[in-house]
Amino acid sequence: MKLPFERKTHAISAFLLMLVSGSALADYKLNFQEPVNQLGQEIFDLHMLVFWICVGIALVVFSVMFYSMIAHRKSKGAVAADFHENTTVEVIWTIIPFIILISVAIPATSTLIKIEDTGDADITIKVTGLQWKWKYEYDADGTPVSFISSLHPDHNKARAVDSGIDVTKIENYLLEVDNMMVVPVNKKIRLLVTSDDVIHSWWVPQFATKKDAIPGYVNETWTSVDKPGIYRGQCTELCGKDHAFMPIVVKAVEENEYNAWLAAKKTEAVAAAAEAAADKVWSKDELVARGQEIYMGKGGCFGCHGANGEGVATFPKLAGSAITIGPDAAHIDVVVNGKPGTAMAAYGNQLNDLELAAVITYERNAWGNAASVVQPADIKAAR
Amino acid sequence: MTATTHEEHHDEIPTGIKRWLFTTNHKDIGTMYLWFSFIMLLIGGLFALVIRAELFQPGMQVVDPNFFNMMTTLHGLVMVFGAIMPAFVGLANWQIPLMVGAPDMALPRMNNWSFWILPFAGFMLLAPMFVGGNFASGQGPAFGWTFYEPLSGQYDKLVFFVFAVHLLGFSSIMGSINIIATILNMRAPGMTLMKMPMFVWTWLITAFLLIAVMPVLAGVVTMMLTDKYFGTSFFDAAGGGDPVLFQHVFWFFGHPEVYIMILPAFGVVSEIIPTFARKKLFGYASMVYATASIAFLSFIVWAHHMFTVGMPVAGELYFMYATVLIAVPTGVKVFNWISTMYRGSMTYEIPMLWALCFVILFTIGGFSGLMLGVAPADFQYHDTYFVVAHFHYVLVSGSLFGLFAGVYYWLPKWTGNMYSNGLAQLHFWLSTIAMNLTFFPMHFTGLAGMPRRYADYPLQFTEFNVMSSVGAFMFGFSQLIFLWLVIKTIKGGEKATDRVWEGSHGLEWTIPSPAPYHSFTTAPEVK
Ligand code: HEC
Ligand SMILES: [Cu+2]
Ligand SMILES: [Cu+2]
Repeated sequence: MKLPFERKTHAISAFLLMLVSGSALADYKLNFQEPVNQLGQEIFDLHMLVFWICVGIALVVFSVMFYSMIAHRKSKGAVAADFHENTTVEVIWTIIPFIILISVAIPATSTLIKIEDTGDADITIKVTGLQWKWKYEYDADGTPVSFISSLHPDHNKARAVDSGIDVTKIENYLLEVDNMMVVPVNKKIRLLVTSDDVIHSWWVPQFATKKDAIPGYVNETWTSVDKPGIYRGQCTELCGKDHAFMPIVVKAVEENEYNAWLAAKKTEAVAAAAEAAADKVWSKDELVARGQEIYMGKGGCFGCHGANGEGVATFPKLAGSAITIGPDAAHIDVVVNGKPGTAMAAYGNQLNDLELAAVITYERNAWGNAASVVQPADIKAAR
Repeated sequence: MTATTHEEHHDEIPTGIKRWLFTTNHKDIGTMYLWFSFIMLLIGGLFALVIRAELFQPGMQVVDPNFFNMMTTLHGLVMVFGAIMPAFVGLANWQIPLMVGAPDMALPRMNNWSFWILPFAGFMLLAPMFVGGNFASGQGPAFGWTFYEPLSGQYDKLVFFVFAVHLLGFSSIMGSINIIATILNMRAPGMTLMKMPMFVWTWLITAFLLIAVMPVLAGVVTMMLTDKYFGTSFFDAAGGGDPVLFQHVFWFFGHPEVYIMILPAFGVVSEIIPTFARKKLFGYASMVYATASIAFLSFIVWAHHMFTVGMPVAGELYFMYATVLIAVPTGVKVFNWISTMYRGSMTYEIPMLWALCFVILFTIGGFSGLMLGVAPADFQYHDTYFVVAHFHYVLVSGSLFGLFAGVYYWLPKWTGNMYSNGLAQLHFWLSTIAMNLTFFPMHFTGLAGMPRRYADYPLQFTEFNVMSSVGAFMFGFSQLIFLWLVIKTIKGGEKATDRVWEGSHGLEWTIPSPAPYHSFTTAPEVK
């Protein structure tokens, strides 16, 4: 077993302590993560209000129950009474819960209305769920800036069955990405949440923001962050094989730092677009090298087709498949337009022409495949 | 029926495999339902143990993520459709005729058919797992028991799943028609509706729920089928369809479904508590009305499962109000049970232990349900382990414990033998401790932020996952004690009296133990 011994004894002793006293559990996270905005605090308070109401009701109800169970035992000589109805009592215990519910519904209503009020936002970010990564799109003074955020490669390696890596030694295991989302503090941030394949759900517990990413819908929600820091969340709607492996990491920074970051991203985006659009003919080696990066990174192709092109679980292998070694038109078509009704998404709107040409060329020339080179111009022509 | 008279014909009990294949006897069919559901409980339990083995520690050790998803999916489907629902139909088959004083179910041949469809449905559901002769390849459904589109549309063997669900639906609908026909037409003279035992009442209402929602379930899987194979786009956004429509239709079935799995358990507990408190059920009429209100409300709250899909705020408010309203009739039930105990003359035989445990733990599940119903907070709870904790408190310590309570209550009547008290105590205590050890920590993992249906998790969730895994293996083991106990009781044991329990009440206790193959051939009189 890879689980260190202390951890196990820890867990068992923690449980025993839990039975004896609540305070011994200071180390264990028993409740929500600390909220970092006002709305999060309000939700937390509402949650605690309902919780304490439940505890109160439980105390009353279970006291009566245990009292009856102990005091009215037959072995104590208890003789059953004969009543089996009492309209007054029955009316009272229908009305009291009703009043309690109203007292919960009032604060809940006001909080809910705030959650859904996405007006007056300072910035808008589009979040797209993809099997199994997130795409973030910003508007940098009219220039779209977008990037893909996936599970950090080291974590991805470690999480494989039989990776031989002790995951308990990895800091923030499963909660680290290659490209963080960046937001400014103290701003109202509107999020437009959607998906290109199946349903995902974007959640950062400390923001108390959760919204489903649904294909065909652009859902709106909002958040704000009171203090700079790194906040971590995960996908919360089952989206297939790697549902547990598409974390969300948000870095909240001061406004000037945010602006500098966005400006740098913009320069990068402009350069990349220019490179892809240039009518340059690339060498096979250049394309293969770039393509491998995309296959293993941004494109996330390895998640289904495997690092060795052999296919994972029920997904098809690409090594020696008819399409990857056949004519390039069919190969371009399946990658650009996807295969509706299967997990194979349309990558045409996720990758630019150069990236598509690179990943396709890579697939045609990796794992023993040896087929034609595809240039960005071929993709442009096929679109 | 030509040579022998009707009466003589009834006296012989067919033997061998034909007895079970062709039987129209409600007791035989009830027995088959109960064994089938127990086998499914063990299979579904095995799937759960694969899940818990994988989650025993962070990192992937046992299975790959796709296989893990297949396990969560099949665990849910097998437990809901294979274990809990058929088990309650089994109880209904055995008990309803005995409790209303009828010789058998109203439609005995259909009864046979509704049972015998089930094994085929189960086969159809599980068969894709073994495609290619390789269990490990994970070809079974892996999209969660709620089979949300468009993820389920990506599954290439969807057709197996769709037809399995259709078969399950046929079986449930036929079972329900039979139960309604029996209750409405075959009650003993003098047994008015408001004199029926609570178990019969809860099943009558449940049967109506089933007839109302199983066709909706059949509809939604049929839409999936045509989307996948015949080019329609009900749920495919690219073709103008709507993935959220799927969830509305699914939960229109799904929410009543959860009451289908709990109402009969309410009925069982309402039989048992008066017996061992030696006092009439408190508030019988309000119990009936509360059950009916819960059933009605169950149709108008479905979207509380969908607060995060992006409904208009007015819709969210409505579904929040309607949902928390269910706490009122549910509270009435709990108060009635406790008032029945109050100033009773209580003893704690095995069925009573399960019933009391049900009242406490189901109420805890009800509290977390109330918390989940409060929409703003649900945004935080939704799709985390908090939800998993909640529905296992209502389904394991609710439905399943209710079933155990019922089996321990009526088993002496069915077999004619008393069971071993020691084994039964062991089963009860182990199950109860293990159940809480498994599911209580899940409240904490959920609140701290662990999403459900995760094959692997960040390190801070380790301790509570270890506890859950230890508890789950304990729980699984204790069910083998139950199996042994039941087999032992069927084989022999101290003879049960006709009344079995000192405080028992109702027609089923007026016939001999074991209940003869044909009972109430002449109707009893109810005052
Ligand atoms: C979510 C899983 C998934 C991801 C990620 C994925 N694919 Fe696919 N891919 C599939 C599936 C499923 C098919 C089979 C579709 C079918 O049934 O025809 C497929 C088919 C293909 C085919 C055709 C194979 C053949 O022989 O028929 C190619 C080429 C391909 N994918 C390339 C890619 C590339 C390039 C990427 C990354 C940019 C990628 N895929 C990412 C799931 C995926
Ligand atoms: Cu997901
Ligand atoms: Cu519901």
